[in-house]
Amino acid sequence: MDDFIIRAGLGGIGMALIAAPLGCYVVWQRMAYFGETIAHSGLLGVAFGLLTSINLTLGVFLAAVMVTFGLRAVERKTYLAKDTALGLIAHVVLALGLIVTSQFQSLQVDMMGLLFGDILAISKLDLILVLGGLIAIWGLIAWLWQDMMALSIDRELALAEGVRVNKVEFLLSMAIAATVALSMKLVGLLLVTAMLIIPAAGAMGLARTPEQMVLYTAFISCLSVLCGLFASFYVDIPTGPAIVVAMAFFFLLTSLVKR
Amino acid sequence: MAEMPVHSKEEDLPPSKESANSLEGSQQEIPLIEAHSIGFLRDGRWILKDIDFTIHKGEIVTLIGPNGGGKTTFARICLGILQAEEGKLVRQDDLTIGYVPQRLKLDRTLPLTVRRFLTVRHKVSSKDLLSALIEVGSSHLIDTQMSSLSGGEMQRVLLARALVNKPDLLVLDEPAQGVDFAGEAALYDLISKIRDRFGCAILLISHDLHIVMGSSDRVLCLNGHVCCAGVPEQISLHPEYERLFGPNRGQTYGIYAHSHDHSHALSGEELDPCCSHEHPSPETPETDPEDSKDKP
Repeated sequence: MDDFIIRAGLGGIGMALIAAPLGCYVVWQRMAYFGETIAHSGLLGVAFGLLTSINLTLGVFLAAVMVTFGLRAVERKTYLAKDTALGLIAHVVLALGLIVTSQFQSLQVDMMGLLFGDILAISKLDLILVLGGLIAIWGLIAWLWQDMMALSIDRELALAEGVRVNKVEFLLSMAIAATVALSMKLVGLLLVTAMLIIPAAGAMGLARTPEQMVLYTAFISCLSVLCGLFASFYVDIPTGPAIVVAMAFFFLLTSLVKR
Repeated sequence: MAEMPVHSKEEDLPPSKESANSLEGSQQEIPLIEAHSIGFLRDGRWILKDIDFTIHKGEIVTLIGPNGGGKTTFARICLGILQAEEGKLVRQDDLTIGYVPQRLKLDRTLPLTVRRFLTVRHKVSSKDLLSALIEVGSSHLIDTQMSSLSGGEMQRVLLARALVNKPDLLVLDEPAQGVDFAGEAALYDLISKIRDRFGCAILLISHDLHIVMGSSDRVLCLNGHVCCAGVPEQISLHPEYERLFGPNRGQTYGIYAHSHDHSHALSGEELDPCCSHEHPSPETPETDPEDSKDKP
């Protein structure tokens, strides 16, 4: 097999493993739209990366961090409901991204790559970023796991039991921002939230404990990535959408099985 | 809002003046929680003002008061969930608090067995885990999914979770919510039993004074301020309490004694007349389902 397909496979599996525990967290906390909002900052992040000629994934991550901080500020200073605050931030950053890219003629934004991902073009540096992200995020989650559980069960109960809820929420938001930035290369801006929520939604019906759910999510994710890759390699369909369709297939399959 | 009468302050002393029980001498002990003139502001309005409060080891203190009177808010301040704008809250060092919230906001998407729920953030041996569940009479639920528990089962499991941590103080917010009347009596029975067994203090929030009265050492009636405080018998005769909860207490008591006389067995003593009804505040005169249940 060619080098690029092996790189794509490794990158995809790495991403699937990163996204699994955070995807479960996103589903438990009803945060799907948070992932969307971060994805909306992708264009601004890419523009930022091109202008400062840093790695594009890094650029997207920096924009995502900005969005996370912006969201916290909006939530603290206003009484807006969470979905309104997210909608506000998401569309403002998307508009800013469009303005910035229109103003700099030199910016050659690969729009198709941005929107749909290009896993087959994954570079060695990207692979190193995925590996680094995998170690950092699993480390973080192993450290926060019990607190993350308590927070997902009931925020107030966690507060009463002395969990430093703000710290845990902030760190996990950062981890989600990083995950979205990394998976954008894989499935693109439009499909990035699918990577987080569909495998977790599929695993939910099978699992009896949160740990099982993360395990099953990781399994479904990895399998979907490999299926998507093979499908696009042999049938010549775009990889990102193929991965998402594979995830949806496994979701359907698991929803037929009763816990 | 009426000014807090001076005599209320005098009554807001540690217990055992009237109730000659084993708590004699608790005045000398350091209280588990001591609050001085707590004030809490929400959207420019004082929800709580000038609240003084203490709770000692082994005491059962009940917070009563109308809806919106700030009972839950005050308990949340004691728990550290909310920060008071005014006043001072002193918690004993290394105080372990077990909290039983009104209801758990657990999302159905989170698969969780009772066993796993009890061990989140607590290192519990399977023996301790089982004995906590046996204590609340729910050992058969150990491998049940949390999402499939009934209201009463959920309350018992929440209580078990609070117990596995061996708390010095148990905070229960309307523990009988979603529990039918018979279950409610059994639940309060269980709470008294737990206090005797574990020697922990209990801070209980309830709108149902008639049920908790027998086991409460002290009652604090909150309606933005402390209306009155003292032993249950004293509270029921307090003019401020009567003003707040209406003049028809004697009447409802009569009906109450007929319709729910099994409750006498729960407290083991004659129930005080004032407590047999739900407590509508003067501002919110809606009747409560509990109330209409008492009146044929």
